[in-house]
Amino acid sequence: MSEKTPITLKINGRDHKIAVEPRRTLADAIREDCGQTGTHIGCEHGVCGACTVIVNGEPVRSCLMFAAQADGKAIRTVEGLAKGNELHPMQRAFMDHHGLQCGFCTPGFLMLAVGVLEREPQISDDDLLDVLSSNLCRCTGYQNIIKAVRAAAAEMRGAS
Amino acid sequence: MKPAPFVRHTPRTLDEALAILAEVAPQDGRVLAGGQSLVPIMAFRMARPAHLVDINEVAGLDKLIVENGMLIVGARVRHGAFHKPVEPGPLGALLASVVHNIAHYPIRMRGTMCGSLAHADPSSEWCLTAATLDAELVARRKGGERIIPARDFFEGLMSTALKEDELLAEARYMLLPAGTKFGFNEFSRRAGDFAMSAALATYRIVDGRIADARVGVGGAEASPRRIPEAEAALNGQMPGDAAFRAAAEAASAAIDPLEDIQTTGEYRRDLVRAVVRRALEASVK
Amino acid sequence: MSAATKGSGTTWVGRAIRRLEDPALVTGRGRFTADLPAAHWVRFVRSPVAAGTIKKIKPPDGAFVVTAAELAGVKPIKPMLYKFNYRPIGQPILADGVVRFTGECIAAAIAASEEEAEDIADAVEVEIDETAPLIDARDAASSAALHPEAPDNVIVNAQVKTPEFDTAWRNAHRIVRLEARSRRQNATPMEPRAAHAAYDPATGRITLTCTTQMPHLTRTAIADLLDMPESDLRVIAPDVGGGFGQKMSLPPEYVLIAWLAREHRSSFAWTEDRRENLIASYHSRDQYIALDGAFDADGKLIALSADVLANIGAYSCFPTTCGVEPLMAMAEIPGPYDVRHYACTARGVATNTCPMAPYRGVSRPVITFALERLMDKAAVELGINPIDIRRRNLIDQFPYTSAMGLVFDEATYKETLELAVKHVDVPAFRARQQALRKQGRYLGLGFCTFSERTGYGSPAFAARGMAITPGWEMVELTMDPSGFVELRIGTSPHGQGLRTTLAQIVADQLGIEPQRIKVIHGDTDRSPYGWGTFASRSLVISGGATLIAAQKLRAKIIKLATHMLEAAPEDIVLGDSAATVAGTDRSIAIAALARDAYHQTHRFKGEIEPGMTEAGHYDPPGTFSNACHVAMVEVDIETGQVKVEKFIAAEDCGRIINPMIADGQVHGGIAQGIGNAILEEILYDENGTILSSTLADFLPPTAHEIPPIELHHLETHTTATNLQAKGLGEGGAIGSPAAVMNAINDALSPFGVAIDEMPATPQRIRAALRARQQTETAA
Repeated sequence: MSEKTPITLKINGRDHKIAVEPRRTLADAIREDCGQTGTHIGCEHGVCGACTVIVNGEPVRSCLMFAAQADGKAIRTVEGLAKGNELHPMQRAFMDHHGLQCGFCTPGFLMLAVGVLEREPQISDDDLLDVLSSNLCRCTGYQNIIKAVRAAAAEMRGAS
Repeated sequence: MKPAPFVRHTPRTLDEALAILAEVAPQDGRVLAGGQSLVPIMAFRMARPAHLVDINEVAGLDKLIVENGMLIVGARVRHGAFHKPVEPGPLGALLASVVHNIAHYPIRMRGTMCGSLAHADPSSEWCLTAATLDAELVARRKGGERIIPARDFFEGLMSTALKEDELLAEARYMLLPAGTKFGFNEFSRRAGDFAMSAALATYRIVDGRIADARVGVGGAEASPRRIPEAEAALNGQMPGDAAFRAAAEAASAAIDPLEDIQTTGEYRRDLVRAVVRRALEASVK
Repeated sequence: MSAATKGSGTTWVGRAIRRLEDPALVTGRGRFTADLPAAHWVRFVRSPVAAGTIKKIKPPDGAFVVTAAELAGVKPIKPMLYKFNYRPIGQPILADGVVRFTGECIAAAIAASEEEAEDIADAVEVEIDETAPLIDARDAASSAALHPEAPDNVIVNAQVKTPEFDTAWRNAHRIVRLEARSRRQNATPMEPRAAHAAYDPATGRITLTCTTQMPHLTRTAIADLLDMPESDLRVIAPDVGGGFGQKMSLPPEYVLIAWLAREHRSSFAWTEDRRENLIASYHSRDQYIALDGAFDADGKLIALSADVLANIGAYSCFPTTCGVEPLMAMAEIPGPYDVRHYACTARGVATNTCPMAPYRGVSRPVITFALERLMDKAAVELGINPIDIRRRNLIDQFPYTSAMGLVFDEATYKETLELAVKHVDVPAFRARQQALRKQGRYLGLGFCTFSERTGYGSPAFAARGMAITPGWEMVELTMDPSGFVELRIGTSPHGQGLRTTLAQIVADQLGIEPQRIKVIHGDTDRSPYGWGTFASRSLVISGGATLIAAQKLRAKIIKLATHMLEAAPEDIVLGDSAATVAGTDRSIAIAALARDAYHQTHRFKGEIEPGMTEAGHYDPPGTFSNACHVAMVEVDIETGQVKVEKFIAAEDCGRIINPMIADGQVHGGIAQGIGNAILEEILYDENGTILSSTLADFLPPTAHEIPPIELHHLETHTTATNLQAKGLGEGGAIGSPAAVMNAINDALSPFGVAIDEMPATPQRIRAALRARQQTETAA
C-alpha cells in the first residue's frame, strides 16, 4: 500500500471528500469511497464501457482514470441523470424500447449516449452506431439500445 | 486486476515535469498522459511503474497550432481534438479521417496522440500516420531537446528511441501541399479493435500522374513504416486500379510479417495487400 | 395478440407492458453483489500452468493466506450421474497438490482492500513441477490421466442405436458426411462472478450473497460441502448481471467465501475480474461432431449416425455434471427432422483446460450447426435446394415421438420455414448475389430450422440419471391486507423480465394491475425452494405454478365476494381491482375483500380459511419451441472477414406473455450466436496457456457487428403446458450460428471450399481459400 492523498470528487454536484491511494481508479473511488454503486465495473481494461461516466462534459472510461486525476472535476454518473422523480429522456427511452435486460451495462450505455449527444446533438445515425459500439452488452443484441438512443436523441434535440 | 502501488507526481510546468522525470526515471518512473494504453497494462500488472509523472496539468503541452508550415501537436492533445479538421488543408482532413478508426469515442476523449506515439503499439493509427508523413518527434529532457525523425523513432514492438528520462513533448507534421490525395484503410475483427493491418497513402497528381507517393503500413510488422517498393510502384503511374494493385502487391511482398498462433505470415500479407489497395482506392473517392 | 383469460378483466397477458424491473436499473439503484461493503477482500492465487505438481506455496510473512492445507474437512465438488458410464471426479476447493488447468485456484489472499489482497496474492511464491498437459480432446487416450478414476480420461461415454438402424443404413441411396468443429467459448456475462459472505454472531448463520442463477441449489451444495445445516445458510442472488448458464454451476470460489465467513466469523468478499472470468470461470462448446446422414433418392433423411467428442475440461461441474454437453448432443442431434433410425456415440473427456459448463443452448448451437451443415451439404450433393430438403424432412405430425423417444408437441416447423422464406424473397436475393459476384463481392444466404426443447420437468431430467434431478417449480402467492400482492418464486431470473411477465399472469387472474404485484426471488429465506433460471424453463414452469396459485387465489377472492355480495360464484366478475356481480352495479374492492380475509374472518362462519396465501407447483413434461433463422452475409474474399448484413427469424414459442420481452430474448440470443459463429474463441496454446484472456482477444460482438434483426412470430398454443406457452430463452443462440455458417458457405460456394469450423474467423476463411487455390495451381 502507498500513501493516501485527500481529494474531492464532485459527483452529480455533491462534494465527496475522500482519501485515496494514487492507484485507486476513478471507478473504484466512485463505488467504494463515495458509495455510488450505480457505476459498474465490467472489465477494468477499457473495453466493455460498463464504467463510463461523464467528466467535465466528456464521456470517459472511469476504469482508465485514476481518482486523483478527477480531483475537483465535475463528474456525472447514472445516479445524477434523473431530476428528482423525473427520468432523463434517455432513461425513459431505454425503458420504452426494452434497451436493457440484466441492467449491468445500462449505466455505462446511458452515460455514453447522454455524454455524446450533449456534445454532438446533431450526430448522424451512422456515427451514433459507431459511438454505441464503444460499449458491450451481452443481453439485448443492441437492436433495442440503438432504437432507444435514437428516440432519446430526437427528444433531446427537440428539447434544446 | 488492480494496479501495483506507485507514487504520482503532478508537475505544473514542463521544466518541473522534466526535472521530476530525470529524478524518477532511473527508479522505474514513467510518463502518464491519457493513460488509455498504460492504465490497462498496469491493471494487468504487466507494467508496474514505481513513479508516474502525470503531465495532464502541465501548462503549454496542450499546444495545437500551425507554425512555419508545420502542425505542432503538444503532448496533452487528445485524439478527440482531431475529430474535426485542425487545419483547413489536406493534413487536417487526413487526420480527421484517421482519428475515427482509433478505438472508441470515450477512449478518444482521454488518449493523446503523443501518448500513442510513445507507446509504439505496432497497430497504432497515429504511429502509422507519423511514419508515413515523416513526422518530427520532439523529445525533451531536463536541460535538452532533440528532434527525432519518425523513421528513427519506432524501434520495434512497443519500443522507441526515447530515453527513459525523455518526454515526447510534441509531434510535428509538415502541412501537405494543396491537392494532396490521401486514403486510409485498416482491418480489425470488430469495430474499434486494434488494427491487424492498416495503410495510409498520400500522393500528388502532376500532369495526370502520381508523384511524391507515400505508402505506410502499420500493424503488419513490428513497427509501422513507409514501403518504398509500393511507392515506386505508384510514382509516375496514372492513378487507378492497375497502379493501386501493383502497389498493394509490392507492399504485401515487401513486409516482414508479424505472426502469431492465429495469424500466419501469409495471412498478414493478404491483409496488407487488401488495406494498401483500399487506402489507395479511398484516395480517389 | 392472444385471447383474454376467461373471466378476467383487463387482459395483461399478451401485452408489451414496460418492465417492472427497469426503474431501479436505469437510475443506478440496482443492487449487485459487488455493491456490498466487506471487512475482508479475497484475491485468488491461480495456477500459471496447465498441469503439474505443487512443490511449494509460500505466502509473504504475516499475510492472511489460505491454502488447501487449511481446508481439511471441506469436501470436493463431486456431482454424480448414474448412467452413461459416468466416472465421478472431484474438484477440490483449492488445488490439493496437483493443478489441472491454467487459472485453477491455488490459494486465497485476504486483506482489507482488493488492491492489498492483490498485492499479497502477487507476493505468494508458488513452485510447480510442470507436466505435459492434455489440451485437445482427440489426444485424450494417448495422454496421462488427469484423474485416477478415469485412466483414459473418458469421463462419460454414451451409446445409442435404434433397432433397425443397420438395415436402413444399407438401403441408403447416398451417405453424406459432415465433420464439424466448434471451438471453445465463454458466455461472458457483463457482470463477472462475485460472492459476499457475512457471519451473523446472533444466530451463527451465514448469509452468502452471490451472482448465481440457482440460489437454492447453491445453498444445498455449500451446506453439504461444509457439513452444516442448510437452514444456517442463507443465499441471496440480488440483481444478477447476466448468466447465460455460466452462473448455474457452483464455483469453488463461492464455497471458499462461505467457509471463510464461517471460520473467521466476519464478512468476506470476492469480485472476479475479467481475466479470471475468461480463463477460469466456465467454458463451453469445445466439441468435435462427425455426422453421417443416409438419404434416399428424394433427399429424405432415413438414418443418421453421430460421433460426439466433447472436451469437458479439468473437472465436472455441479449440478449437471460434465455429461451435460455430450448427453444433450446425443438426445437432440436429430433435431426437428423425421428420421427414424439413429445411432450415436457421445463422449466427454477430461483435459487440462478450464472446466466446461452449460452456456445458453447447451450443445444445441453446436449440434444444430453440424446438422444444418449436413442438410445443406446433402442438398448440394443431391441437387436439391436447401429449402426443399428441409421441407421434405421437417416433422409435421404431432405429437411426434423421436427416435430417441422425445415427444414433440404441436409446433410449426414447416410454417416458420415458409414464413421466413416469404420474408427473405429468395429469388431477389439470388439475383443480387449473382450480380454482385461479377463485381467480386460474395453474398451468402443461410437457413437453419431447429427445435428448442424448453420447460421440461423432472421426468425429462430423470432420463439423464442425475443424482440431483431438477424439474418442478413452486411459488407462494400472498395478497396482504392492503390488497397488494407478493409472489414468491423458487426460480431466479436475472434479466429475463420474469417479475413483469409473472405479474401479468397474476394480474389477469386476480383482476388487478401488475404494478400491485411484487415478485420476490433470489433469497432462500424469502422464497420457496426452487431450481433456478436455466434451460428455458422459468416462464413455462414457474409461470405455470404461478397460474395455478393465482387460480386458487382467484377462487378464494370469488368465494369471499360471494359472501360479501350475496351472489353465486359464477356471477362474480373480477376486474379493475374489484369483484362485481355480473350485470349489476353491486361491487366490492378486492382490497376490501383482502382486508376481510384477515380481519373479518368471523363473518365467514368457518367456511373460508383465514389469510390470502396460496401455493402452486408445476412439473410439466416439456414443450418444443421452434424457429427458422435466416442469415444474409457478405464475405470479404480478400481478408476473409464476414459481415452479417441482415438476420430474419420466424419463431414460435407458443402463447407470448409479453411480446416486447420475447423479442428481446430472441435478439440477445441471435447476437450471441453471431458472436459464436464469427468472433468468439477461447484459445489455448500447446502448453495450455490461455491466449484469449482479455476482451481485446476474446471478442463478443459490439453494436457494429450485429445486423438489423427482423422477427416474425407464430403462436401455437400448446396443450403441453398450462399457460399454452413455450420457453424461448435459448432459441436465438441455438439457430443463429448454423444460419450464419450456412450463409458463409453459400457465399463461398463459387470457390468450392467449405468452412465447418466455428468460429469462421477471417484467418480460417482465407486459409481455406488459399489451400483451394494452391490445389488448383498444383493441378
